[in-house]
Amino acid sequence: MTNELIAITLLWGFIFIYAVMATMDFGAGFWSMVYMNREKTKATNIANRYLSPTWEVTNVFIVAIVVALFSFFPGATFLLGTVLLIPGSIILLLLAIRSAFLVFAHIAKEYKKALTYISGISGIIIPALLISVLPITHGGFIETVDGVARLRMDKLFTSPHEYAFIGFAISSTLFLSSLLLADYSNAANELEAYQIYRRDALILGPISLLMALFIMLTMQNEAAWLYKRMMNYFPWIIGSIAMFFVAGIALFLPSTKHTTVRGRPRLAVVAIVVQYFFASYAYGKAHLPYMIYPDVTIQSGFTHPNTFRALFISYIVGFVILFPGFIYFWRLFMKDKRYLQQNDPS
Amino acid sequence: MDDLVIARSLFGTTMAFHIIFATLGVGIPLMVLFAELLYQKTKDRDYAVMANRWTKSLAVLLGVAIPSGTIAGVQLSLLWPGFMEVIGRVMSLPFQIEIYAFFVEALFMSIYVYAADRISSWMRILSVTLVAIGASASAILITNVHAFEGTPAGFRIENGEIVDVDPWAAFFNPSFFVTAGHVVVSAFMTGAFVIASIAAYKMLREKHNQRVYQFHRKALMLGLTMGGIFSLLTALNGHESAQLLHEYQPEKLAAAEGLFETQSHAPLAIGGYTDRETQSVKWSIEIPWLLSFLAGNSFDTVIRGLNDFPEEWWPPLFVHTLFNAMVGIGMLLLLFSIIGFIWNKIMKRNTFPRPLMWGFIAAGPLSMLAIEFGWIFACTGRQPWVIYRMMKTADAVTQTGNLAMLFILFTIVYVILGISVVLVLRYYFHRHPVMNELDKHSNDNSSNFAQ
Ligand code: HDD
Ligand code: HEM
Ligand code: HEM
Repeated sequence: MTNELIAITLLWGFIFIYAVMATMDFGAGFWSMVYMNREKTKATNIANRYLSPTWEVTNVFIVAIVVALFSFFPGATFLLGTVLLIPGSIILLLLAIRSAFLVFAHIAKEYKKALTYISGISGIIIPALLISVLPITHGGFIETVDGVARLRMDKLFTSPHEYAFIGFAISSTLFLSSLLLADYSNAANELEAYQIYRRDALILGPISLLMALFIMLTMQNEAAWLYKRMMNYFPWIIGSIAMFFVAGIALFLPSTKHTTVRGRPRLAVVAIVVQYFFASYAYGKAHLPYMIYPDVTIQSGFTHPNTFRALFISYIVGFVILFPGFIYFWRLFMKDKRYLQQNDPS
Repeated sequence: MDDLVIARSLFGTTMAFHIIFATLGVGIPLMVLFAELLYQKTKDRDYAVMANRWTKSLAVLLGVAIPSGTIAGVQLSLLWPGFMEVIGRVMSLPFQIEIYAFFVEALFMSIYVYAADRISSWMRILSVTLVAIGASASAILITNVHAFEGTPAGFRIENGEIVDVDPWAAFFNPSFFVTAGHVVVSAFMTGAFVIASIAAYKMLREKHNQRVYQFHRKALMLGLTMGGIFSLLTALNGHESAQLLHEYQPEKLAAAEGLFETQSHAPLAIGGYTDRETQSVKWSIEIPWLLSFLAGNSFDTVIRGLNDFPEEWWPPLFVHTLFNAMVGIGMLLLLFSIIGFIWNKIMKRNTFPRPLMWGFIAAGPLSMLAIEFGWIFACTGRQPWVIYRMMKTADAVTQTGNLAMLFILFTIVYVILGISVVLVLRYYFHRHPVMNELDKHSNDNSSNFAQ
């Protein structure tokens, strides 16, 4: 593998991890808002129990992506930084509001409702804007006048392709998070919450699949180059859809744990993550070597080789140091029954 | 205003906002760690209560530190794409390593807060130690980028191309250790003094409740001890920072001191303001020969004055005032600590006189101000360069217009967050007065943390 490929793979890995963690994170915030008024069920509690310890860790990934981007591909940073000034700033503002009010809502119990609404709603807009970076990289939305690159917002926000991505971002955020929370409540033996989240996942799954199809449809017109290349990875797309059905079936299998409910949510979560992995592999592979079509490729924007080598070593050392920490964290918050089953989080 | 000025103002505002929370994010974990250690050593439950309450406020403060830091990090690429292109090629290591520090801090902060009642006490101490290490490391690493801007190393620019890149030489640039050290010890000092301020204020208000009074007294003594130690280190290290300026950025030192003519036996001008017309510092107290001595350890050190440099390279002259204010606050707080020490340890008095208590109350806000002055001095004093003698700020700025609107929006959000964080903290501590926790802990110590 060339240095460029290693770098883009690492970057892509971060983006994938962040995409999964962030959909869970923003989705959990949204569900905790939706079910806030249902005092009887534990649906909100479950969402908060997942969210409280994880949001900080999730947030680090977004910083990691930005850092990986400008350290590996400083050439792409110049163009991306310039054209993303406005949308990027709006994301940052929403993110600031969302994170801060999430924390405030846990501390100021009396104002919990208002604060949760603010963080829940701003949280669901963020993925919709974040994903807009993808259609922008497909080309056609950046215009260069007198050597200065500019994003054509008018073109972007009148494009069906963009709206397909936005719809996909929102529906998958809600889909993945409800599925994960179903699994989380199953592990915590909160059957009522489990039923609610299972139902939500069953409704939202097909919607996000439809949205994915809508993306492909609009791509045919608006980014034909990418569509053609993605068709070279057709088996991956089929595999992805197959995993979707595996997850669907898993939710109807008899439960191994409880007699009163159906479904094996852990299996479904794994299948869906594999589904997204396959789909984004096909997408990413087809996208290469372009970072921003047609101006920037992974070769043209690449960092200095010496810097790459130093970064690469730091990645290995960092991974070795952090790995035990992640395992410990996982055990304390995802597996420990005493945490999962407590009555009131925070 | 042109876009360059707005970009500078926007970025400066972001940083000035972030630094308040970031400094406390570095300083308070150390205080929590010491409270935990004292609790293990003395078995005095008051220290466990302190650790618990400080951690609660830390969690709230991080709720603003983290998003504002995220803004800072992304805004660097959005506002200064030219600068970040160089950083990406040459100086990305500290940013990369900083990510690991963030992870360490985030993982163990969550463990310390949400799993405290399920892990052993030594695991709790290890967690909070890792939080403190992670926070300090992220401060050290990001400051390294700032150090690099002042004393760039590890690359050359030839015909607009970046060549001879040595990322480790850039990482260990000449001012790394001194600058990073200064930022960390000043953050520890600020964290300690902020704790001391609150404790002193509470002591004045709760004179009649002996139990609560004693609790705050212990917090005050811990804050003053740590604050005293770190203000000494800050001053010593600040002296070294100034010597580095003398060596590497002479026009910045000249502007800080308001010195126009190159000379040996240069005087130190304290206070006053620099007047461009008369090329002098008006209304200042001059101490002969001292500047030469401070900068080079001997009276005949030659200090270069501003007139040695083309005028378009001069930093803004008001940095003299910022520098004086920072140093003045540092000296004042060092003095407070020494008086407090003599009063308590040598004269063996149990209570402090009222004026001194008011001094302690002022210590926290003053050291936060010193942090702000120090940073604005360091960044503004570097102008017109974003990378000293390598890249002009004007060449690094984004070419996208429309910055004014963004400046307004970001400022509004900072104001909202700033106000709400104060309200939330006030609300929480009104609802959970320390008396309740002291009571609770005298009959039950099982769940210090699950509130
Ligand atoms: C509580 C905060 C605080 C206090 C009391 C002091 N400083 Fe400071 N100083 C900082 C907080 C700070 C800072 C915010 O951390 C800065 C800004 C940028 C940096 O690297 O550190 C800084 C920068 C800074 C610089 C500029 C470095 C540069 O531009 O590259 C110098 C020369 C000094 N300091 C010197 C001193 C001296 C002689 C002090 C005497 C007591 C002092 N500082 C007290
Ligand atoms: C956290 C405290 C900080 C504060 C309060 C602060 C303040 C400022 C201010 C006021 C400016 C505008 C300068 C001017 O135009 O007169 C500025 C610019 C800048 N600062 Fe800092 N800064 C801080 C930390 C940092 C750090 C840690 C870095 C390094 C990563 C940094 C990098 C920059 C850059 C790149 C600019 C823009 C270019 C320039 O004007 O030189 N700052 N900062
Ligand atoms: C341009 C300068 C700076 C940038 C780009 C920056 C970036 C960041 C980022 C991205 C975060 C959030 C980390 C997360 O997601 O967990 C953060 C938080 C923080 N920063 Fe800054 N920062 C800057 C200046 C500083 C300075 C000068 C200090 C120290 C004095 C500092 C100390 C911290 C601390 C303690 C936190 C909070 C908690 C954490 O580490 O996660 N930062 N900063």
